[in-house]
Parts: sequence; C-alpha cells; structure tokens
Amino acid sequence: MSSKTTHIWKKALSNGGIAGALSILISLVGLAEKFGDTNVVKGVVTLGDFFLLLPILLVAYTTLWSNVDVPRPTLVGLSAVTGATAGVMLTLLLALGQLVDLRPMFVNASPALYSQLSRGVVLPLGYLIPPIQGLIAAMISLGIYLLPGRIRSAVIQGILWVVLVGTLRDQILLIELFKTRAISYILKTAIFASSGLSLIGALLLFAIVAGSSYYLAGRKKATTNNLPIQTRKTNRIILLVVIAVALALLPYILGIFYSEILDTTGLFIMMGLGLNIVVGFAGLLDLGYVAFYAIGAYAMGVLTSTGLGLFNLSFWQALPFALLAAWLSGILLGLPVLRMRGDYLAIVTLGFGEIVRLLALSDWLRGVLGGTQGIQSIAQPQIGGFRFNTLQELYYLILLGIALITFIAWRLKDSRLGRSWMAIREDEDVAQAMGINLVITKLLAFSTGALFAGLAGTLGAAKLTSVYPHSMTFIISINVLVLIIIGGMGSIPGVFIGALVLVGLPGLLTEFEDYRLWFYGLVLVFMMLNRPEGLLPEARRKRELHEETSALIAE
Amino acid sequence: MAVLRAKQVTKRFGGLEALRSIDLEVKEHAIQSIIGPNGAGKTTFFNCITGFYNPEEGDILLGDRSITGLSPDRVARLGVARTYQNIRLFKNMTAVENIMVGMEPHMHSNIISSVIRTRAEREEEREALEEALRLLRMMGLAGQGDMLAKNLPYGAQRRLELARALASKPKLLLLDEPTAGMNPKETQEMTDLIRRLRDELGITILLIEHQMRVVMGISELITVLDYGAKIAEGPPSEIQSDPVVIEAYLGRGSYQASVLSH
Repeated sequence: MSSKTTHIWKKALSNGGIAGALSILISLVGLAEKFGDTNVVKGVVTLGDFFLLLPILLVAYTTLWSNVDVPRPTLVGLSAVTGATAGVMLTLLLALGQLVDLRPMFVNASPALYSQLSRGVVLPLGYLIPPIQGLIAAMISLGIYLLPGRIRSAVIQGILWVVLVGTLRDQILLIELFKTRAISYILKTAIFASSGLSLIGALLLFAIVAGSSYYLAGRKKATTNNLPIQTRKTNRIILLVVIAVALALLPYILGIFYSEILDTTGLFIMMGLGLNIVVGFAGLLDLGYVAFYAIGAYAMGVLTSTGLGLFNLSFWQALPFALLAAWLSGILLGLPVLRMRGDYLAIVTLGFGEIVRLLALSDWLRGVLGGTQGIQSIAQPQIGGFRFNTLQELYYLILLGIALITFIAWRLKDSRLGRSWMAIREDEDVAQAMGINLVITKLLAFSTGALFAGLAGTLGAAKLTSVYPHSMTFIISINVLVLIIIGGMGSIPGVFIGALVLVGLPGLLTEFEDYRLWFYGLVLVFMMLNRPEGLLPEARRKRELHEETSALIAE
Repeated sequence: MAVLRAKQVTKRFGGLEALRSIDLEVKEHAIQSIIGPNGAGKTTFFNCITGFYNPEEGDILLGDRSITGLSPDRVARLGVARTYQNIRLFKNMTAVENIMVGMEPHMHSNIISSVIRTRAEREEEREALEEALRLLRMMGLAGQGDMLAKNLPYGAQRRLELARALASKPKLLLLDEPTAGMNPKETQEMTDLIRRLRDELGITILLIEHQMRVVMGISELITVLDYGAKIAEGPPSEIQSDPVVIEAYLGRGSYQASVLSH
C-alpha cells in the first residue's frame, strides 16, 4: 500500500515536471509573449496566459484521471503537487534568466517574457507568481474533474468555445454575414471588446454553449437509432440537402477572407486525395508530389498566358492538355522507379520534385516557363459570358473538382484496381504472385495521383492567374503528405479532416504563421505516439456481413 | 500427362548452387511432395516455378508451355498458385478482400469501368464476392470474412492463405509447409482438406512439408532434395527406407529410421 502511495506522489511530481517543461518550451519559442497582448477575455486572460497554463491544466487533468480510486483530499494534494512543481520550474527559468542572459540562445527569453511570467510583480516577490498560477490552474482542473459527467463536459465545451471565439475575434468579424450593421454592432458592443471577448460576452457565450450542450447531452439518449429505416433515410437525405446548400452558400456567407482559405484548403484536398492514392492506397512513398501540381499549373500557364503569348488558349481549351501533361508526367516518373521500394523510391521522387522546380526556374526554359518571374496573365475559366474571376466564384469550380475526384477515388477504392493497389502496399511480392501486373498497377497509381494534382494545379493557376517556381517547393509535398498521415493513411474522409486541420486552420490563424511548422511537428509527434492510424482511420468495407443482411432482407 | 516438368533446373546465388540440375515431373491430379533438410533448396525450387527466381540453366514447363523466365504474375495467370512457409497475407485487408485479390487472373474490369460502375463490372464484383464467401465457408471461415487478416487466429490465417490461392482456380497448387505450426488436430484437418482439393476440385498439388506423418500419409510421390540436388525419388514406402535419405536427414545413425516412419 505505502509503495503505491509513494508511487502516485512521485507520478504527480514527474507530471508536474513535464507540464513545467512544456510551459518553458512554450515560453522560449515565444508563444507566451507574442500573444501576451492578445486578449481572450479582455482584462481577465490573454492568449499568452492560456498557452502558458494549458500544459498545466491538461497534465493536472490527466494526473487525476489516472488516479480514479484515490480519496478526495489526496486528489487535492496530487493536483497541488503537479501544479506547484510546474510553477516552480517556471520560477527556475525566471531566476536563471536573472543570472544569465539567455537571449543568445533563446531569442524570446526577453525581459518582456520575464515580466509576463512574474505578472509584472517586482522580483523577489515575483518569484512566487508562477507557482501560485500553477496551483490555480491545477485547482481549476481539479474543480472540472470533480464535476459530475454531464456538467463537466458542458463546462469544458463552454471554456473551449470561449477561448476559440475570443482568439478568433478579428476573423469572426470578417465573416460577411456579420458585417451587416446591426449584427456587427451587437457583436462589437455586447460580446467582443476591442480585443478578445468582453467579460460579459464571455460569460454569455459560456452560458449559451454550456447550457445547450448540457441540454443536448440529456436529449441524445432518447433518440438514438430507434427510428424506422424509412425515417432514417429521409433524415439522411435532408442532412445531405442541408450540407449541399450550406456548401453552396459558404463563400458568400463567409466573405472573401474565408473564400481564400476555402479555395486553398480545397486545392490541398484535391492534392491530398491524389497523393492518398499513391501513398495511402498503393503504398508508394512520393516526396516530390508538388511536381504534378506544378506541371498542371505551368501547362495551364504556358497554354493560356497572354503575357507569354505562345498559344493564347482559353482555360477550357487548355484544360485537357494540362491534364494530359500531368497524367503523362505521372507515368514518366513511374517508369524508372518501378523497381524501387521504400526509401529509394522516396529519394528518387524527391529528386523528381526538385528537377521540375529547377526546370521551371532555369534560364534555359525562360522563354517558355518564365524563369524566376514565373508566368502571369493566365486565363480564368469562362462559361458563356460568365467569368470565374473572384475567389468566391472559383470556389465552385474547386468544389466541383473535389466532388469529381472524391467520387473517382471512392469508386476505385473498393474496385479490382483498389484491391490490387492495397495488395501491393501490403506485400508487393505476394501481390505479383497473385497475378497482379505490377507495372500497370503502379503506373495507374502514379498517373491517377498525378492527374488529380494536375487538376488542382490548373485551378490553382486560374485562381492566382499566375504561377511562380517559388511556390512549388518541397515543403508543399511534405504538407500534403502530413495531412494524409494526420487524417489517416488511405482514408478518404481523413484527407478532408487533415486538410482542414493542417491547411484551413493555419490559414485562419494568420498570426500563427511563424509557428506553423512547429505546430506540424508537434501534431505529428503526438499523433504518431497516440493515434498512429490517423484522425479518421481507413475503414475496410464490410462485405460478408453486408451480403448476409441483404440476403436476409431479400427473404 | 504431366502438369509440371522441370528439366535440369539450376539456380545459383553467387558461388552457391542452390539448385543443381533438378529434374521433376508432377503428374495431373497427383499429390506430390518435396522434402529435404533445411536449406536443401525446396523453397528456392518453388520460387523458380512461380517466376520469382529466374534459373540459370534448365527449363520449366507448365503443360507444354515453357514458363522459365516469365514474371510471377504471368505464371499466376497461367494457373499456378502458391502459399508461403511463413504466412504472407495482406494483413490490413479483410479476409474477403484477400480472397478477392486472389481472383485477379480472372478479373476483367478496368479503371474506367470501375469508376462508372458498368453493368459488367457490377456483375463481376458480385460474382467475385459470392465466390469469396463460398471459399470462406469451404475453409471453415464463415463469419470471419470482414475481419482484417492480421486479426485472425493462426490456423485461420493458414486456411485463408489457402483460400486465396484457390481463388485463382489454379491448375497447379504449390503449398509451402501447409501444416507448419499446427497442432495434431489442425494438421489432420489440413491433410484431409488437401486431399479433398485434389479429389473434388481436381487440382494438382505439389507440397513442401516437414511433418513426416503428413508427407508419408498424403503423397503419391516424394522427391528428396539435399544441398540443392535431388538425392531420391519414389513412393513413400521406398523413401522411408532409403538409406541415402535417412543419412541426409539424420546423419549416420541406426535408430533414426524409426523416426522417419512415424
């Protein structure tokens, strides 16, 4: 018994250490200070404070979860230890900063950070501030933990919404719908302060979210799947119609700022679906995937640009050729790498991506591809007299492209070809011994993936009416790969989620641009440790059971 | 008539002769075995037949057609299916999907017909699924069709691998240690199953096996390999008492003959 008791205290201590280390990391990368003035709730909590305390809140909470059968006074002690330890570590950082100038190594270890850590209190006394804050954070966690389940999840949701809405104040006010005078006035006076939420607004929002979440949690039990099949079917149709209408209205409800994000996310979804076929389905690691996007975009540029004046085709005239170019380039890359596997394949594809970029940059092809200057005045799609030239209008073409690609990917997934791709991914030798023609099957994967990226490229070129070699970098390939991994390898819905999380969200949080790759790294490590299969893992289709049920229904 | 004929097949890896001028004939509707100590070249021989290795010398004929040097997928399409010593299923695919991959040689749909889902494609998929379910039942795997292959118990994985091989409707089935790692009951079931495959489906079977009880009970003809060379061939009764075979297996000794006869 006593060894168990000492064990849980030690655990609390070490958890506190972890939380402290995370808080120090957040301080030193500059997240705490940079957002020290960004209010979440004006006069109460800034985003910087939130980041600083977030590790303590989370770690204290998990400490409690791992000690379910412990009496309450001990729980108080445990969270106190966790919070205080984390706080003390921040104090140590503070003290160290007074002794040594850390700035040569950590640019962000500035006096501003130290005064933030001590909340401006003069120093000998200020050393006490972080532990006190740590204690408070841990007690908040404890408080939330001790609430009964339904209230607890309502409270957590309320807090999350307050932080989210407070952080995104400026972006929310950019939503077109909220720009009407009345709504904008209400929002600005009743809910938002000049930065972040006002205290009243925060309380109001919290009450609404927590209240409705509490209410819905109670209702849910009554209505789970007891409905007759017919009703469920109509419900599903209604849901689909609602989604379709929402998708159709989205760019005009949200406005230009969001349309830009939607379009970019959409292009990444298209690329993600293509790379998902190559990497997720067929297991062929391609690190130079941006090349196909580049080829689609450049082909569109060369064929339509009035600046270059080579062909002067319209968007629709050029589209088949651009797609053909991308498709053929997929085969061109595929042929030499047919016999390569794993690491070797990855290196060669990486090289291919660089070759394409360098060709676009080269003086040699300057006359055709524009060299460093890229290609301008690329044609935008036109139907009849209507020209798709704003971000909002192009959104519909991108949406159409996504729908088409999703449909193809979804149909292929459970087809003969899809099974062959997956068999190759699982065991290439055995797949071949089963009669699968590796050459054709792999080339189909490369060329289909390339085709999808090429389509994204043509739309991307039309969106910007220009292409530049600098936007075709290796990091885009990595971006697409990471979004597939996060979403779930081989999973089509996973691509959507991955793109929303890794492209849409950072697009929204423009202030975080500097931390984008840091965030990617963090998310990747976390996912690999805790959920290597991705957010929405690939689900294999249930066929035997399905067959039996339909047989039953037929009877 | 012979389904498979190997003539003077030699396979070298660098300086090592893994197979030395092997001659072997498998008769139609036969169950034949290849035995031999570890490293004798049995699996190498299988790999030469299936096109995974290209022998340096000699010729392998399937019926009247030479299959030497053909790629594995071509060989599979000509009617040769195999299982592996260490089970090699498509682990992250369901049992049904594994079997459906095995039907590859008989599938006709292509990328276009799959996307627009033509009537012929739908028909083919439906038939493939029905056939897969039939094979599942035949292998005693009914109800486990939607499980990922990696989640199936060991014995079920072996049977699934066999089902996948059968899905291609092979003329010749190569089984690499089909009873490895099985308990006596499972071994007996597998032996009966192999016999049924031949009797009911008319498949010619060539197997590599270590369990002497299985080999002796099931085979009509046994070929013994040692250090890449064929050292004996004959019906079980002859092989059991062949001094060369006994020596190859157990070194010089007297009592071991009794082990072989078990």
